[in-house]
Amino acid sequence: MLHYLEMEDKVTSPEKAEEAKLKARYPHLGQKPGGSDFLRKRLQKGQKYFDSGDYNMAKAKMKNKQLPTAAPDKTEVTGDHIPTPQDLPQRKPSLVASKLAG
Amino acid sequence: MELKKTRADIISTVEFNHTGELLATGDKGGRVVIFQREQESKNQVHRRGEYNVYSTFQSHEPEFDYLKSLEIEEKINKIRWLPQQNAAYFLLSTNDKTVKLWKVSERDKRPEGYNLKDEEGRLRDPATITTLRVPVLRPMDLMVEATPRRVFANAHTYHINSISVNSDYETYMSADDLRINLWNFEITNQSFNIVDIKPANMEELTEVITAAEFHPHHCNTFVYSSSKGTIRLCDMRASALCDRHTKFFEEPEDPSNRSFFSEIISSISDVKFSHSGRYIMTRDYLTVKVWDLNMENRPIETYQVHDYLRSKLCSLYENDCIFDKFECVWNGSDSVIMTGSYNNFFRMFDRNTKRDVTLEASRENSKPRAILKPRKVCVGGKRRKDEISVDSLDFSKKILHTAWHPSENIIAVAATNNLYIFQDKVN
Repeated sequence: MLHYLEMEDKVTSPEKAEEAKLKARYPHLGQKPGGSDFLRKRLQKGQKYFDSGDYNMAKAKMKNKQLPTAAPDKTEVTGDHIPTPQDLPQRKPSLVASKLAG
Repeated sequence: MELKKTRADIISTVEFNHTGELLATGDKGGRVVIFQREQESKNQVHRRGEYNVYSTFQSHEPEFDYLKSLEIEEKINKIRWLPQQNAAYFLLSTNDKTVKLWKVSERDKRPEGYNLKDEEGRLRDPATITTLRVPVLRPMDLMVEATPRRVFANAHTYHINSISVNSDYETYMSADDLRINLWNFEITNQSFNIVDIKPANMEELTEVITAAEFHPHHCNTFVYSSSKGTIRLCDMRASALCDRHTKFFEEPEDPSNRSFFSEIISSISDVKFSHSGRYIMTRDYLTVKVWDLNMENRPIETYQVHDYLRSKLCSLYENDCIFDKFECVWNGSDSVIMTGSYNNFFRMFDRNTKRDVTLEASRENSKPRAILKPRKVCVGGKRRKDEISVDSLDFSKKILHTAWHPSENIIAVAATNNLYIFQDKVN
């Protein structure tokens, strides 16, 4: 509450006070807040990039190694760690009935 | 995978049918659950009909568009019922890309006594058949089946946010971020584009379509709202492509009040015609506004949903809550409007008495048949005993979707993965 009162001395409305707070945290925040960048991000929702070349190369490499069974390999974030079918989260449809259906 | 199961249960849409007999919910897992109101029995005249599960089915599956590297969620964005024309019920359900028409029908008889099949369905050897009989229909336990009758696909490049059935009952519209298409229920391989706001150069994009709805009585009229807080009313008789609006609703803004957040919080998340067709209601982040179709320069009523959030906009921007899309609904007589908020709170505004109330949908606070207690959020320093301070609001408990029975005081409130149905007390 004390912090809010301090801000009120400097700016006129709570909204402007919040804006000042945001600009203080992110000085490079874009000039057009509701403009193209923000809208284009909204339009691109769901975009997931999958490179079949990388995937097949990794699959070929994997054949010569043992398939990772435990967690240790997952902490590795290098160019070698291309997602394999085992790593990808399952995009299965919901086979379980909705809990609302009792 | 326990986390995924919970997320799939999040309710993403709630809608009563035109009589209020049925209530449909759609969820993030692509499933639809339909509830039916119990018939009031003669023995228990005072016991109001309760809603029980009637049917449930998987409407949409997750998909991957390999050509565009786009993951298509199975989440049901909207459900809209068609008016009932025969014994079966029809509804439209949509995810981001595909609209489907579902038929829900009852079966309470089945044929028995086939000649070529036995009772288990196995084929009989024709050589063993010595007599001929006529199959008869015998009663069976009620079975409710849902079948997909039409699939309206491949018409939207962007994500569908709204569908609306036209009053002609022959057509409906589907709206995505930049375009609106008109469909005929019978034709799935063609649709007419009626609004296209995509700029030639995407760098020039300044606004997107956020919601759209047909007028309840005039089949040539519809409205769509934008991320800039404006509403356009279009008349399909004027031209085939309704890029030029017939009416443009916008409230003038005081330039001295403008901040980084102004445009974001003015983005309209829902637009609904009143049942009378004379008004439209819009919901933006902090308010609900009622507009008279005959007055474009400002709303006739503005209601503050949770103005205390104005001093929290910075953190609400950081945690993305500022982009939450709340819906709003009218009651049957257009006298009361309702919308959701955070902390499982929802608000109702009586347009005539100008009184408003905040209620909470939560297990701890509602026992069956208990009366809901009004809640209050306190903003100042001194918090009274029953009040909740702004800082202790739970922003993960958001009520985005609510529905109001078409003629009675029965409301459905979706609180994350729970559905609450509240009714007026019978005296």
